[in-house]
Amino acid sequence: MNDPHQALRLHVPEPSGRPGCATDFSYLHVSAAGQVRRPPIDTTHFETQDLAYGLIRVLDHDDRAVGPWAPDLDTARLRRGLRAMMKTRIFDARMLVAQRQKKISFYMQCLGEEAIAIAHALALQPGDMCFPTYRQQGLLLCRDDVSMVELMCQLMSNERDPMKGRQLPVMYSFKRAGFFSISGNLATQFPQAVGWAMASAIQGDTRIASGWIGDGSTAEADFHTALTFAHVYRAPVVLNVVNNQWAISSFQAIAGGESTTFAARGVGCGIASLRVDGNDFLAVYAASAWAAERARANLGPTLIEWVTYRAGAHSTSDDPSKYRPADDWERFPLGDPILRLKRHLIGLGAWSEQEHEQVHKELEAEVAAAQREAERHGTLLDGHIPSAATMFEDVYAQLPEHLRRQRQELGV
Amino acid sequence: MLTKTQDARIEAADTAPQPMTMIQALRSAMDVMMERDPQVVVFGQDVGYFGGVFRVTEGLQAKYGKTRCFDTPISEGGIVGVAVGMAAYGLRPVAEIQFADYFYPAADQLVSEAARLRFRSAADFTCPLTVRMPCGGGIYGGQTHSQSPEALFTHVCGLRTVMPSNPYDAKGLLISAIESEDPVIFLEPKRLYNGPFDGHHDRPVVPWSRHPMGNVPAGHYRVPLESAAVFRPGSQVTVLAYGTMVWVSECAARETGIDAEIIDLRSIWPMDLDTVVASVKKTGRCVIVHEATRTSGFGAELAALVQEHCFYHLEAPIERVAGWDTPYPHAQEWAYFPGPDRVGAALRRVLEQEGRA
Repeated sequence: MNDPHQALRLHVPEPSGRPGCATDFSYLHVSAAGQVRRPPIDTTHFETQDLAYGLIRVLDHDDRAVGPWAPDLDTARLRRGLRAMMKTRIFDARMLVAQRQKKISFYMQCLGEEAIAIAHALALQPGDMCFPTYRQQGLLLCRDDVSMVELMCQLMSNERDPMKGRQLPVMYSFKRAGFFSISGNLATQFPQAVGWAMASAIQGDTRIASGWIGDGSTAEADFHTALTFAHVYRAPVVLNVVNNQWAISSFQAIAGGESTTFAARGVGCGIASLRVDGNDFLAVYAASAWAAERARANLGPTLIEWVTYRAGAHSTSDDPSKYRPADDWERFPLGDPILRLKRHLIGLGAWSEQEHEQVHKELEAEVAAAQREAERHGTLLDGHIPSAATMFEDVYAQLPEHLRRQRQELGV
Repeated sequence: MLTKTQDARIEAADTAPQPMTMIQALRSAMDVMMERDPQVVVFGQDVGYFGGVFRVTEGLQAKYGKTRCFDTPISEGGIVGVAVGMAAYGLRPVAEIQFADYFYPAADQLVSEAARLRFRSAADFTCPLTVRMPCGGGIYGGQTHSQSPEALFTHVCGLRTVMPSNPYDAKGLLISAIESEDPVIFLEPKRLYNGPFDGHHDRPVVPWSRHPMGNVPAGHYRVPLESAAVFRPGSQVTVLAYGTMVWVSECAARETGIDAEIIDLRSIWPMDLDTVVASVKKTGRCVIVHEATRTSGFGAELAALVQEHCFYHLEAPIERVAGWDTPYPHAQEWAYFPGPDRVGAALRRVLEQEGRA
């Protein structure tokens, strides 16, 4: 007879691949392109259950747009999107080198995730406010309202740094471009996005908010808090979860992604939720536009899980070859977003290998010129940083007496 | 003999005073600001229809509608988190944390977000947010309804921390807090909500309606932030206090017959150092009284500042009277609460010192 009191066991998730052993990506549950239905925007959260477990995809194996989510995007917008993705990748690569040259203290690239921020930005309106993480530089690089020189001055903490040398590189703030100041503490921006959207609704405004979080930081209380508030007040907000599989060296199951999806969290909170191929530019645009339209029509929040892969290191302080197979990205079943949109456009006769090569060269030159210009205002390496006196500014709206004394003590 | 806290820097009120409790005065401040500024919104647990567990927001939802005064989920992190987003949008949120003891789940949003948004974005975004929290003991609240966490806030660069001691100051300071471009932690000593309290828990409390400081203008006026008040002038010793402890100190001075000058800080940090320094230089002795735990309490900072600025004027070591370094006990509350006896003993001790001369 078996002992009815079995010893209890703790389950600690493990990734399906480690260095020297190829990852089994079957855990992703990838739907075929065009397979997932597209409900009307006034659907209930309950009716999105299948969408939260499926995977919305538009581009098929031959990079043709298929199915109900294929968006009505003209080739000019598609070309703009491809160009912005290429620009972001080139920008990242160049800034990584600048970090290795010690001109920048630290950098975080978005290699492999470019489609998510860029297609999303194209689906928003001017005036909408994004509350991003540090891997949505594409939101800034796809539009021309912030120059690359300005971004680089922030990265280099130089005399022209709009944040006066206070923030880590990549922690931009551009209110005029709908880009909220980035915090180093994870997930704090999620309830703030909901609050901004609530404020817009309280004031009878027409602008919406879009908040961003990574798969790892969905484990923070602020993620769940944001879902509750967004649902309770039907806030006009899009809640984005970028599931790039890795939070530094912790894979997504450690945040709770095993045998379920992050999108499914939304359904339980009463929020319409979608799970989307984040490397499919057309799917990202279509889902973003659907969610934004819902928000604008007072139909409430939408949670979107973007399934993607962090192709590079977490940051310049990280070495991913220590915890995952080095060739994972090449084997990731959702491919490279730039390559997929490029092939789609070539298929439409709206792009060519020659043009790709040409645009790549142009962008390289553009980024290099911006860097030369930014470096004229100094880098961390040459010590041309904002005056130490500026650290006493902006702690309060007006300089209080005790800070005036401390500034005097420092002698600046 | 009390003096009025109203000093020359206080703007003249535009309406005749009427008797108010501190609760009514705080409500009046929010009412005045909601009337004047459509960007002022008030929210927190139970603050809407019910008007809050202490009824401070009673009637505001009926008057301004439920999108300007509303209930929130029980989530302090959420309350402050959405308030930061609202403030970044351009509203002036006034959020209520039901008890100061409950602010801990919101600590990250206060410390890392509200306090630093202006600094980290170089004023690209700002956070004109007011967080109201009833604080302090004397209501049999045990260790989760009695805390005085002000010292934690004073360590956070970018926050303003305020605590009134009477209805007149409460309204004027809350209006200044709501109008401030900085995030303000507004601590309300709940033992003073209905009347002044001298620390003798077995004596009936005089209602504010029978006290001069319960005479509050109905309209808009400000008590400026960073302005301390000489609550009671005196010559022998300076007492630095705020909130309930102002009244406890006043009682101690009366009962000992010591001519103590009581300074009510009102704004705990940033504070009015000039008023403090002028008083200690005049009296040459200093007793600091607060309800929070003694070690690393705000009294430690006050003692250091007084020492830095008044060392050669001091006739005796600075004394601190504070809560013990234990959590607030329920049944032993009156042994924890710094009462007039303990303050009086400290006053006598500093006067017994010989002095340098």
